[in-house]
Amino acid sequence: MKQFRSFVRKEYYHIFRDKRTMLILLAMPIVQILLFGFAITTEVKDVKVAVFDPSKDASTQLIKERINTSEYFTIAEELTDIDQINDIFKYGKINLVVVFSDNFAENLLHTGEAKVQLIADGTDPNQASTLTGYVSGILGSYQQELMEQYKVPFQVIPETRMLYNPQLKSAYNFVPGVMGLILMLICAMMTSIAIVREKETGTMEILLSSPMKPIYIILAKAVPYFTLSIVNLITILLLSVFVLGVPVSGSLFWLAILSLLFVFVALALGLFISTLVNTQMAAMLASGMGLMMPIMLLSGMMFPIESMPPILQWISTIVPARWYIEAVKKIMIQGVAVQYIAKELAIIGIMAISLIMLALSKFKTRLS
Amino acid sequence: MENRVIYTENLTKRFGNFTAVDHISFEVEKGEIFGFLGANGAGKTTAMRMLCGLSHPTSGKGSVAGFDIAREPEKVKQNIGYMSQKFSLYEDLKVWENLRLFGGIYGMKDKKIVSKTNEILQELGLEKERETLVKSLPLGWKQKLSFSVSIFHEPKVVFLDEPTGGVDPVTRRQFWELIYQAAERGITVFVTTHYMDEAEYCDRVSIMVDGKIEALDSPKNLRQQFGATTMDDVFQQLARKATRKAD
Repeated sequence: MKQFRSFVRKEYYHIFRDKRTMLILLAMPIVQILLFGFAITTEVKDVKVAVFDPSKDASTQLIKERINTSEYFTIAEELTDIDQINDIFKYGKINLVVVFSDNFAENLLHTGEAKVQLIADGTDPNQASTLTGYVSGILGSYQQELMEQYKVPFQVIPETRMLYNPQLKSAYNFVPGVMGLILMLICAMMTSIAIVREKETGTMEILLSSPMKPIYIILAKAVPYFTLSIVNLITILLLSVFVLGVPVSGSLFWLAILSLLFVFVALALGLFISTLVNTQMAAMLASGMGLMMPIMLLSGMMFPIESMPPILQWISTIVPARWYIEAVKKIMIQGVAVQYIAKELAIIGIMAISLIMLALSKFKTRLS
Repeated sequence: MENRVIYTENLTKRFGNFTAVDHISFEVEKGEIFGFLGANGAGKTTAMRMLCGLSHPTSGKGSVAGFDIAREPEKVKQNIGYMSQKFSLYEDLKVWENLRLFGGIYGMKDKKIVSKTNEILQELGLEKERETLVKSLPLGWKQKLSFSVSIFHEPKVVFLDEPTGGVDPVTRRQFWELIYQAAERGITVFVTTHYMDEAEYCDRVSIMVDGKIEALDSPKNLRQQFGATTMDDVFQQLARKATRKAD
């Protein structure tokens, strides 16, 4: 026990004296949460719109006003020549062009039909479809009003409704993702680097020739990173509740248990990586490519798992973060009772146990 | 029996088809300074790792400090000190923190750690550097400190793996004085080195070639036996026979 305490103390010194790394570790969750919460977002705001309006009548005027006053759009340019459209996206200032047909109001009132063309920059398909969706919404509500005004009978107008929340808060999706990412990063990457560093500097040999049991060396390494990840977890939750306004709707206790289990998985992975590689650089690459990438791409953090090809969906089932993030979404955002995350808890639990066993047996065989 | 601190009999280590250490047998007595020489790849490090309980022998017997290296490696570890060829203290720990850490690892009492720390710092003339981070010490001092750490818990045997690599002759001389002091206190010193002048400082020397011990005696007797004037000559004559490539 005394051995263990001396060793844990040493590990804390390592972390506290490496001010730069510690700063990164503590600031990273804050930066990520703020970045994902505010900067990297799929919401659209202040999009510059160009308009080509050859008819210039009361109806088009009204629609333009509606577009301009909505919080998403600003009409930046009135085009005078239809040919201008060809080049307009190349300058990158305009994201959407609205083209009205000739004699818009007249056509609308007499034939009941008028055409509006929406042209968006398809290189960013997500944004393009969001933008056209919003404008269609504005057009739809105008149409609706016209109909009420003129009481045109029996005309069925499809109601345009946003299936995605116009106020879509990306934070709801990213907070659980960032939690998974940070915990994995700190526990797995830092633990593996810390163990491999001892191999690199030659101190591992000294430790192994001492009566210190290998298992204690590993456990002692894990303790400070464990503490650090708890601090980070608390930071993330505080930020998400008080800054992003994402509440913890479910049980905080089960959220903690779930996170703890996930931390064990991450620690075991870190230990496992440390048995496979011999340099800090390799450890960093292995955890970067082997853990970060799958979490970013396959955990559902950025891209919905449901829309992946089956083979990727299948692969995603072995990414622990997938289950963690899914469970956090359920318990934190949806606020469901614990039995609804029983499946995720069980999967993460099994992963934790088997990974720890695998890592320890691998660690032992490496020694002899 | 009392005095026999290291003892091996046909100690062998194979990795697949490759026999790194081939039936070596020798004894080292208490307080002796035993030089363990050999070219790179001759099997020194492997032999040493077996004696330290880091590696399990393929066959043969061995005991260190009275404990069987195959069956009781934990007890062996408790009674030895080890200094590797890489400088291996924690650079981001202060001088006294390194001492306290290793005292703690060997389960020494806090009081003992404190008194021993003062004693060692005084001996090395490092009292002023007590609070200094090890990384800012000059290499020579680091090496001496590293040795002091390896015998901090008063082990029966200390294994030194090329301890003086890369230090200047003056510091090497001082380092050997520390070794002599330790030997006088009854600590057996088992040392590998590439410097043949250092081989002369040893009580007895063994020379390994291709995993086997080809010569073992006092430096004086070895010189006579091989008709050489220096240990370097002796070493050259033996090492030339090696068929194994250096790693």
